[in-house]
Amino acid sequence: MAAICSLFIINKSGGLIFYKDYGSAGRMDTNDSLRVASLWHSMHAISQQLSPTVGCSGIELLEADTFDLHCFQSLTGTKFFVVCEPGALHMEALLKVIYELYTDYVLKNPFYEMEMPIRCELFDLNLSQAVQKDRVALLGR
Amino acid sequence: MQFFGGSDVSPSPPAPTAAGHNANVMYMFNRNGVCLFYREWNRPLRTLNPQQDHKLMFGLLFSLKSLTAKMDPTSGDKGNLGVPQLPGQGCSFHSFRTNTYKLSFMESPSGIKIILVTHPRTGDLREALKYIYSLYVEYVAKNPLYNPGTPVRCDLFDTNLDQYVRSIS
Repeated sequence: MAAICSLFIINKSGGLIFYKDYGSAGRMDTNDSLRVASLWHSMHAISQQLSPTVGCSGIELLEADTFDLHCFQSLTGTKFFVVCEPGALHMEALLKVIYELYTDYVLKNPFYEMEMPIRCELFDLNLSQAVQKDRVALLGR
Repeated sequence: MQFFGGSDVSPSPPAPTAAGHNANVMYMFNRNGVCLFYREWNRPLRTLNPQQDHKLMFGLLFSLKSLTAKMDPTSGDKGNLGVPQLPGQGCSFHSFRTNTYKLSFMESPSGIKIILVTHPRTGDLREALKYIYSLYVEYVAKNPLYNPGTPVRCDLFDTNLDQYVRSIS
């Protein structure tokens, strides 16, 4: 049982490089997921422009009526965001864990081309373990 | 700076101290995207001129709403991305948070959008926005001299709003 509804990873230019759905009603098709990802990329950039004070680095948490969206941006501009139930805990920690898996199993994979869709078996395998509900609950300790 | 503005390097805004220093900016739009009301209490940074700022804010809200409607993990039939939706239709959002501010959003059934920008550590402001909407109904919508769809110029609304916003923590 996964703790999140879906995970998106977008590269620094807003292209979707990874999308995984963990059983939300009405799964998005490929086109829609690409469009949602690039839309999020632009909304993230616009939110920085509208900041009333200096040093804004974009939306971290979006609270919708039926879900929460947590976003983490790495220093290189790759954005990771998860859709989860409202009020779900430890999502920042989970995003950091996913980022670690990305650096370990994607970036260190010699066959991976930067900014291209992620197709790495080890990443998929470790990811599916990391998002398990009981695993995520342990992140709070 | 765009991509390297991590939360640990950029200075976070000073924590809200005395009452009245918590809210930064408030916007109010009607359903056509006209900015009815704009007020700022504390805004050190202005990157754009006011018209462009209002347009960008309305565009951000519109697009975020279509994004949340499409992403909604609880409903099966979500329609197409970007199709305009009536107020109350589809999954909407009530706030988002960045490292420097928190934006709370409310839309009334008539399409009036109220946006309050506050310090990032502010709690849930849904009730506060409802109260601001009731102020709007009381002092603006019921004002016989007010012409719907035009910018709000009403002293009573301003003073009551200032008073209320100062109490938000």
